[in-house]
Amino acid sequence: MSEGPNTMNAKKLSCFCYGLLLLCLLAAPFMGAYPVFVMKLMCFALFACAFNLLLGYTGLLSFGHAAFLGGSAYIAGHSMKIWGVTPEIGLVLGMATGALLGWLFGMLAIRRQGIYFSMITLALAQMVFFIALQAPFTGGEDGLQSVPRGKLFGVLDLSSDLTMYYVALVIVVAAFLLIARTVHSPFGQVLKGIKENEPRAISLGYDVGRFKLLAFVISAALSGLAGSLKTLVLGFASLSDVHWTASGGVILMTLVGGLGTLSGPLVGSAVVVLLENKIGEFGTFLSRLTGIEWFNTLGESVTMVTGLIFVVCVLAFRRGIMGEIIAWLGRLKGGGGSR
Amino acid sequence: MKRKLTAIALAAGALVLATAANAQVKIGLITDMSSLYSDVEGKNGALAIQMAIDDFGGKVLGQPIELLTADHQNKADIAASKAREWIDTQGLTMVFGGTNSGAALAMAKVAQEKKRVYFNNGAASSALTNEQCSPYTVHYAYDTVALAKGTGAAVVDQGGKSWFFLTADYAFGHALEADTSRIVKEKGGTVVGAVRTPLNASDFSSFLLQAQNSKAQILGLANAGGDTINSIKAAKEFGIDKSMKLAGLLVFLSDVHSLGLRNTGGLLHTTSWYWDLNDDTRAWAKRFFDKTKRMPTDVQAADYSATATYLKAVQAAGTTDADKVMEELRKLTINDAYTKNGKIRPDGRMVHDMYLVEAKQPSESKAPWDYLKVVKTLPGDQVYTTKAESKCALWK
Amino acid sequence: MPALLSQLLLGLVNGSFYAMLSLGLAVIFGLLNVINFAHGALFMMGAVLTWMAMNYFEVNYWVMLVAAPVIVGAFGVLIERTLLRWIYKLDHLYGLLLTLGLTLLIEGVFRSVYGVSGLAYDTPEALSGAFNLGFMILPKYRAWVVVASLAVCLVTWYAIEKTRLGAYLRAGTENPRLVEAFGINVPLMVTLTYGFGVALAAFAGVLASPIIQVSPLMGQNLIIVVFAVVVIGGMGSIMGSIVTGLLLGVIEGLTKVFYPEASSTVVFVIMVIVLLIRPAGLFGKEK
Repeated sequence: MSEGPNTMNAKKLSCFCYGLLLLCLLAAPFMGAYPVFVMKLMCFALFACAFNLLLGYTGLLSFGHAAFLGGSAYIAGHSMKIWGVTPEIGLVLGMATGALLGWLFGMLAIRRQGIYFSMITLALAQMVFFIALQAPFTGGEDGLQSVPRGKLFGVLDLSSDLTMYYVALVIVVAAFLLIARTVHSPFGQVLKGIKENEPRAISLGYDVGRFKLLAFVISAALSGLAGSLKTLVLGFASLSDVHWTASGGVILMTLVGGLGTLSGPLVGSAVVVLLENKIGEFGTFLSRLTGIEWFNTLGESVTMVTGLIFVVCVLAFRRGIMGEIIAWLGRLKGGGGSR
Repeated sequence: MKRKLTAIALAAGALVLATAANAQVKIGLITDMSSLYSDVEGKNGALAIQMAIDDFGGKVLGQPIELLTADHQNKADIAASKAREWIDTQGLTMVFGGTNSGAALAMAKVAQEKKRVYFNNGAASSALTNEQCSPYTVHYAYDTVALAKGTGAAVVDQGGKSWFFLTADYAFGHALEADTSRIVKEKGGTVVGAVRTPLNASDFSSFLLQAQNSKAQILGLANAGGDTINSIKAAKEFGIDKSMKLAGLLVFLSDVHSLGLRNTGGLLHTTSWYWDLNDDTRAWAKRFFDKTKRMPTDVQAADYSATATYLKAVQAAGTTDADKVMEELRKLTINDAYTKNGKIRPDGRMVHDMYLVEAKQPSESKAPWDYLKVVKTLPGDQVYTTKAESKCALWK
Repeated sequence: MPALLSQLLLGLVNGSFYAMLSLGLAVIFGLLNVINFAHGALFMMGAVLTWMAMNYFEVNYWVMLVAAPVIVGAFGVLIERTLLRWIYKLDHLYGLLLTLGLTLLIEGVFRSVYGVSGLAYDTPEALSGAFNLGFMILPKYRAWVVVASLAVCLVTWYAIEKTRLGAYLRAGTENPRLVEAFGINVPLMVTLTYGFGVALAAFAGVLASPIIQVSPLMGQNLIIVVFAVVVIGGMGSIMGSIVTGLLLGVIEGLTKVFYPEASSTVVFVIMVIVLLIRPAGLFGKEK
C-alpha cells in the first residue's frame, strides 16, 4: 500500500486542523469562553467519539449507550461524594463501571445482528434506567447532588474552574488519542473489516465475536469516562444521563458530525450541545438581526429544530458534516492516492 | 495640555461611574417551557414576572431591570449549567427556579455557591427549605408538606378517614405519599393501602381497580402532571368516583382546565392561590387574562408577587448584594394580590395561607374558568414544616 | 379469585389496544423494511385530529373513526413520496433516524400550538356507561376498544396473508423487479402500504382519545412499548405482533398486581429473554 503524495497532504492537513483545535481549546478561557460550558462540550465530544468507535468503525448501532454514560456518572459521583475518594480514583471507578456494563451488555447483545442487536441494547439500557430510578443512592429524580471537586491525586485542588478546565482537557485529549490509535491499529483494521464484510472476516479466521465484544467494552469504558468527568465538572448526576433520549442524542451527534470519521463526533457533539443550550439566545440574535419576531420563539422549540436537523441530515448530509467536508476535499484533489 | 487633562479627568470619571454602575438587577427564569410542566409556569410565568417588573417602573437603583429566560426541558443539568453560566457571564443577580424538584435543588446549590438570591415557585420538594436549605433560597409558593397537611388533614377532618394511595413511583411521589400518610394517621385516619405506578404510565385502570377493591373512602393521588390527569380521567371512566372521593395531592388550575369539570367535579386539592378569591386577585387575574387568554395558575401569580417582593427588597437594601437583600427580604411583610401577611422564615420558607379547594360540578360553574370553590382556608403558621420537624441548620 | 380475574380482563383490554397500536408498525416493517419511529407521532395526530374535529367543527367520533385514518394516511403518503423513498436502499439506521426526526418535528409543532397538559375528549354517548360483570365494572367504551381492535387486526392480517392483494404486496417488497415485470405498479403499492400503516396508527389514536388525555406527547410513552411488541412478535410477522400485544397486556396486568413498579419495564425483560432464545422473535423468520 503505497503512500501517494495526496495521502501525505491529507494527513498534514488533518494534523494541522487538530493542532489548531487544540490551540483554540488551550486558549479558550482567555478568549472569553465560559470554561464550564466548554468542559461540558468536551465531555459530550468524548461520549460521541466513544460511541462512534462502535457505530462508525465496527458497524454496531447501540441504542443503550446512555446506560454507560449515566451508570458511570452515578458510581463516580457516589464514590467521590460518599466514599470521599480523590477525583482520579472516581474517574477510574467510573470507567470500570462503564467497562463492566459494556461487557455485560456486549455478552448478551452481540449474539444477535442488526436491529435485534440494537433492541437488546435498548432493553438492557431501560432496565438500567429502572434501577437508577429505584435505587436510593441515585437520589431518584432529584439526582445525585453536591459531588465535590476534590483534590486530584490529593494535591491539585480542582475547585477552581480554570484548573478543572485544563485537567479535563488533558483527560479528553488523551482519551481521543487512544481512540485514534485504536482506529489506526491492526485491531482497528479488523473492526473495519468486520463492519464492511463480516462473513469475509470470519472466513479469514478472525474470532469476530471477541473483536466486537472488545470494541463494545472499550466504547462503553470511554463513555463511562465521559459520564464520570461530566459529574466531576458539573457536580451532579441525574436521570437524564440514563434516559433513552441521551442514547438518541449521541446517535444524532455522530450522524450529524459524520459516521466513521474521527473528527465527525467532535463537530456533531458541538452542534447538538450548542443547540440544546444556546438556541434561545441564537433565536433572539436572529430576531434582532432580521427583525422577524418569530425567531424569538425558537428557544421554545429545541425539539422541533433537532427534528429538522435529523431529517435534513439523513436526506442530504448522510455523511455528516465532516464526512461531507472530507469527501469534498477528496474531490478537490482529484481523488488520487491509494484505496 | 488642557485638553489632555480634561480627557484624563473625563476618563477617570467614567471609570468611577462604570464601577459604581454595577448594581443592575438581572433576573433569570429557568423553568420547563416545553415539556410536562410547561402549562403550570412556562412562558406565561415569564410574562407574569415581566408584569411585575413593568409595574415596578422597569428600573431599580437607577438601572433598568432585565429578565432572561431559559427552558431547562426538565433536565437538572441544563438548569444548573444555565444558572451557573448566567451568574458567571451575564451578571445575574437573582435566579427564579422553576418546576421540577431535581432541577430546583440543583439550581439552589449553584445559587448558594455563587451567593445569589434564589426564588422557587414551581417545584414542590420541601427539601429546599429543610434538609437542603440555604441562606439564599426562598421557597415562595407551596411545598409537599403544605400539600400534605392541607389536603391530608383537612380531608380527614371532613370525614375522609380511610385512604388508598395511587403513588407515582419516583422520589417525589413517595414523598407526597409519605408526608400525607403521616398526617392522615396523626389525625386519626387510616391508610388502607397504596399502589406504586410507574412514571408516565398511560393506563391506570388496573391500579384503580385495586384502589376500589380496598374499600377506602378516599383515593389519594400522589402523582403529578400527566399521571394525575390520566388517573383522574380513568377514575371517572371506571366509576371510581362514585364510591371514593378523589384527593389530588398536586393539582394545578391548568390540570383542571385541561380535564374539564365533568372529569374533575368533586376533586379535592390544596392550592396556594386562586384567581377568584377576592377583588384583588380578580383584578390582577383579569390583567393576566387579557394578555394570555388564560387564567393564571397559583405558580404564575406567585411569580408576579415574588418579583415585586424581590425588587422592593433590593430598593430597601440599596444594593444587589445577596446577603443584604436576603436580610431585607426577611424583614418584609408581603401584602399584594397573591397573599396577605406573607413572611419569609429563616429557613427560606415564605409563610402564607393555603386553601383547600374542591372542583365544582359542571352545573355549579357559571362562567369559563369558574372551576373551584374554597372549602377551607389553612393558616400559614399551621400548614408548613414546624421548627420541631425541621432539619434545617439555619432555623434552630 | 375475582380480583385476579378482573385484572386479567383489564390486561386483555390493554393488550388488544397494544395489538392495534403495533399493527401499523408491523405492517410497515414487515412489508417495507422501514422502522417507522414516527408511529407514535402519527398515533397522536389521529387523536388530536379527532379532538379538533369535535371542538371546531362539531364532527362526532364515529365520523372521525373513518376520517382521521384517511386524513393521516394521506399525510403518510405525502411523507413517503417526499422523504422516505430516498432511503429505502440504505441501512435500516437511516429510516429510523429520519422517522425519529419526523417525530420530533410533528410533536414540536403540535406542542407549540396546544401545550402539553392535554385536551379533554369525551366518550361518545352511545358508549358511555359500563357493564356490571359482577366481579368488576367494565366501561362500555373499553369493551368497544377490544372489539374494534381485534376486528381491525384480524381483517388486516387476513388481507395481507390470505388475499391476492396481500400476496402482491408481500412479493412486491421481497422482489420488486420481478413483480414489476408482471405489470404491477410496485412503487404505488409501497406508497399505499405506508399510508395504510399510518392510517392504522391514526385509527388507534381515535380509539385512544376518550381514554388517554389527548396531548402532543401522548405517543412518546407508548412508542417504545410498541417497538418492543413488534420486535418480540417477530419483525416480519403481523400475527406475531397481534399475539404479542395481547400477551403483553396480560403479563403487564399480572405484574401490576404483584410488582406494580416494574410494570413498565417488564416488556424489556421479556424482549431480552425472547431475543436470546428465539433470535427472530416469537413468530419471525430470520432473513
